[in-house]
Amino acid sequence: MKLQILSIFIATIFTHNIALTYLLGMCPFISLSRSLKTAWGMGLSVIFVVTLTGALNWIIYHWILVPTQSELISYIVFIIVIAASVQLLEMILEKFLPGLQVSFGIFLPLITVNCVVLAVSLFMVIRDYNFIQTVVFAFGSAVGWTLAITIVAAIKEKLSLSGDVPKGLQGAGITMVIAGIVALTFLGFAGMVAIQ
Amino acid sequence: MKLMKEFTKGFIKENPVFVMALGLCPTLAVTTSVENAIGMGFAATFVLVFSNIFISLIKNFIPAKVRIPAYIVVIASFVTIIDMVMHAFVPALHKNLGLFIPLIVVNCIILGRAEAFAGKNNVIRSIFDGLGMGIGFTIAIIVIGAIREILGAGQLLGFDVLPQTYKPVLVAILAPGAFLVMGLLMGLMNLKKK
Repeated sequence: MKLQILSIFIATIFTHNIALTYLLGMCPFISLSRSLKTAWGMGLSVIFVVTLTGALNWIIYHWILVPTQSELISYIVFIIVIAASVQLLEMILEKFLPGLQVSFGIFLPLITVNCVVLAVSLFMVIRDYNFIQTVVFAFGSAVGWTLAITIVAAIKEKLSLSGDVPKGLQGAGITMVIAGIVALTFLGFAGMVAIQ
Repeated sequence: MKLMKEFTKGFIKENPVFVMALGLCPTLAVTTSVENAIGMGFAATFVLVFSNIFISLIKNFIPAKVRIPAYIVVIASFVTIIDMVMHAFVPALHKNLGLFIPLIVVNCIILGRAEAFAGKNNVIRSIFDGLGMGIGFTIAIIVIGAIREILGAGQLLGFDVLPQTYKPVLVAILAPGAFLVMGLLMGLMNLKKK
């Protein structure tokens, strides 16, 4: 049991990285990987929101939707939970931790449309994870996403110093190519652990 | 005449994928073959048109503060419908696309059109806008899908198009290939524009 949880955690970060293997959360991935600082800020907010909504959605799905046989509306319920928790989090931060709000705040509204958040909730249903597995999977996926975006952002920062990017590729193009090469290196982890 | 303009602007001038870099998740993830791309394009266009119609009908009743959650709920409802329809009629395609059908809910193109267009315009114009944007999205992912399928499998829509001696570059249909093909295509489009 413990081993399985550990392997889920390692798999979500390296072998089944949600950004580089499943290609999820791409819109913020491309637009926010301009500097290491923004990438890190977005990553932290994603880790927090994904873990929270993953746990919440598991509880709602298994305790309310399954007993009432209303799995049909799960997409709607999941997205409402996500939107509501993001909104709530924003208000809590504003009220109690204004310092954090300044560094976090601009990224929070964007998270609702980050597909990583919804995808984690959908994966947990498809793969039939229990509560602990869901939390570990959600946390690991978000950490993996953050790892990927910070690596790409760091490479981009370095590249902007040397500055010899071909003309057409400047902007989103070079980010894609960098991400492609990083994804290629992550293929090297394949086969390290297996999850269902 | 004006309607025609709303319809065709999504094809090239305001192409949601190449020009606005929106909806990148499905663009990268389901373009391993042309068949998947067509299925995804169809599903997204359906959701786009119907959510545009519905949102433009109810726009006057939604308080401005909660409009984004309201839009998302509308979109999620239509995604649930297309998910069930595809599950019933094209189960193989539905299985291939898998997670990416429910993920249309968070596709930024659809929410973007709802916020930027359907929430401000009448029903007829919203229909044309949705159709045009949907077709633009479909064209873009079919192009990427075709390139990746030809490079990665030597096939197009499942038929061999390259000579037998061609060794498929498998990486093109793996995740890194998606990034590389898309990045180079964007670069090409940018060069062309200048």
